[in-house]
Amino acid sequence: MGDKTMTAEEVVSRLESGMTLGIGGWGSRRKPMALVRALLRSDVTNLTVVSYGGPDVGMLAAAGRIRKLVAAFVTLDSIPLEPHYRAAREHGAFELMEVDEAMFMWGLRAAANRLPFLPVRAGIGSDVMRVNPGLRTVTSPYEDGETFVAMPALRMDAALVHVGRADRLGNGQCLGPDPYFDDLFCDAADAAYVSCERIVDTAELTKEAAPQSLLVKRHRVTGVVEAPNGAHFTSCAPDYGRDEAFQRTYATTPWAEFAARFLAGDEQAYQTAVREES
Amino acid sequence: MTEATGTSVVAVTRAEYCVIACAEAWRGEGEVLASPMGLIPSIGARLARLTFSPDLLLTDGEAMLVRPDGTVEGWLPYRQHLALVTGGRRHVMMGASQIDRFGNQNISCIGDWEQPKRQLLGVRGAPVNTLNNPTSYWVPKHSRRVFVEKVDMVCGVGYDRAAAHPDAARYHRIPRVVSDLGVFDFATPDHSMRLASLHPGVTLQEVREATAFELAVPDTVPATREPTAEELRLIREVLDPAGSRAREVGS
Repeated sequence: MGDKTMTAEEVVSRLESGMTLGIGGWGSRRKPMALVRALLRSDVTNLTVVSYGGPDVGMLAAAGRIRKLVAAFVTLDSIPLEPHYRAAREHGAFELMEVDEAMFMWGLRAAANRLPFLPVRAGIGSDVMRVNPGLRTVTSPYEDGETFVAMPALRMDAALVHVGRADRLGNGQCLGPDPYFDDLFCDAADAAYVSCERIVDTAELTKEAAPQSLLVKRHRVTGVVEAPNGAHFTSCAPDYGRDEAFQRTYATTPWAEFAARFLAGDEQAYQTAVREES
Repeated sequence: MTEATGTSVVAVTRAEYCVIACAEAWRGEGEVLASPMGLIPSIGARLARLTFSPDLLLTDGEAMLVRPDGTVEGWLPYRQHLALVTGGRRHVMMGASQIDRFGNQNISCIGDWEQPKRQLLGVRGAPVNTLNNPTSYWVPKHSRRVFVEKVDMVCGVGYDRAAAHPDAARYHRIPRVVSDLGVFDFATPDHSMRLASLHPGVTLQEVREATAFELAVPDTVPATREPTAEELRLIREVLDPAGSRAREVGS
């Protein structure tokens, strides 16, 4: 069993422009922001991003790295509308596959189960069908004869997620009340990269937490990155909550100025700049 | 009306009528999840739970099912929440940036979807909600910009769209729309929006001027009901003692 620990830079070095990238978390909650920041330091671009969108999408959009987005929403939660995402959309900056939250989940499940699609009732009658002319329907072969949306598998080249703890082999642990869909993202991708607050010995994983928290299994994981505060400024329960003050700074500072102040250096420089800001 | 609370007599505010009107959405719903979005629907759902709909399930807004006092009674992470939606045992009250006369709702964007004039949230769970469980709406500021002839992007499915897909839409139901001016439903032959009650102090003229489409109006329009003394006590002393409700709807 191999040691899969690597740096965020090593993760990004395995990503290529034009890839389809899944990003875990939800809105402004437990986003793999350290990995996103590493991505912003690279020249990887032209991405198809699959995300329950938050500042991960906002930052990649602001930096012009997105060719196409697959999402049901983009929000900062406490600030309902993501300013950089909004600006990008209002400039027609990239292609969008806008689907419902549940359709999105079915798309992940289809990919995780190696199915081309899964039938879902959501979407019928809504303009999701109008804005996604490629979406097809499927009719039940049983006597009910109901017509469903055939939600296509959201298969990804790579998934980026951030969890509370992981071991060096890639067993990832979600300690907060909601695992979101991070295990599904890992299962739906050809390669999965898991950053975590702390790498611990395998035996430590179940010492203080229930085995149900061990959602990410090592056979899906390519790389493990220890990234303390690596979800900042999104929340990472129970280790820390959202940094609301910093999120406000992010949302109200022009992108170029924000990037110059916080994203010009490496992750350590970012964390130092954040500490000096507060 | 006025109500004695302690030594002072405080008139029922518009926000409190809105709370009552929202709470009524969950009357008789039984043992289902009440999913209120927005402050006044949240107070309304908890009021219903504490009074006439004691079997309702409530969340803490995150992953826990909680009693009104915060005691955790269950776990409902997003993945299970989405499954619960499709199981139908839920009544959600969503917001609406636009809503039309057949109840089509938009929270995605204003203008052309390809390059919107104003990007909003995205469709979120509106498509899955409206096809799977009763979906009501809350609009804190009733205006012609919200109550439009035609929404720019159909996120929540309305009755005309549902009628075109009778099999997929067999669980479709929009019990009510509550605004700061009144309560609306779709109890008309063609399921177009109807004025169901006016909040005390609001005139029919006001509602008509703030609505961009022709509303069905019955010959006699009732007033939104008065809160009971116990409901007022719960709103003012237990559920929202800081009076946050007045920030969502002024008087």
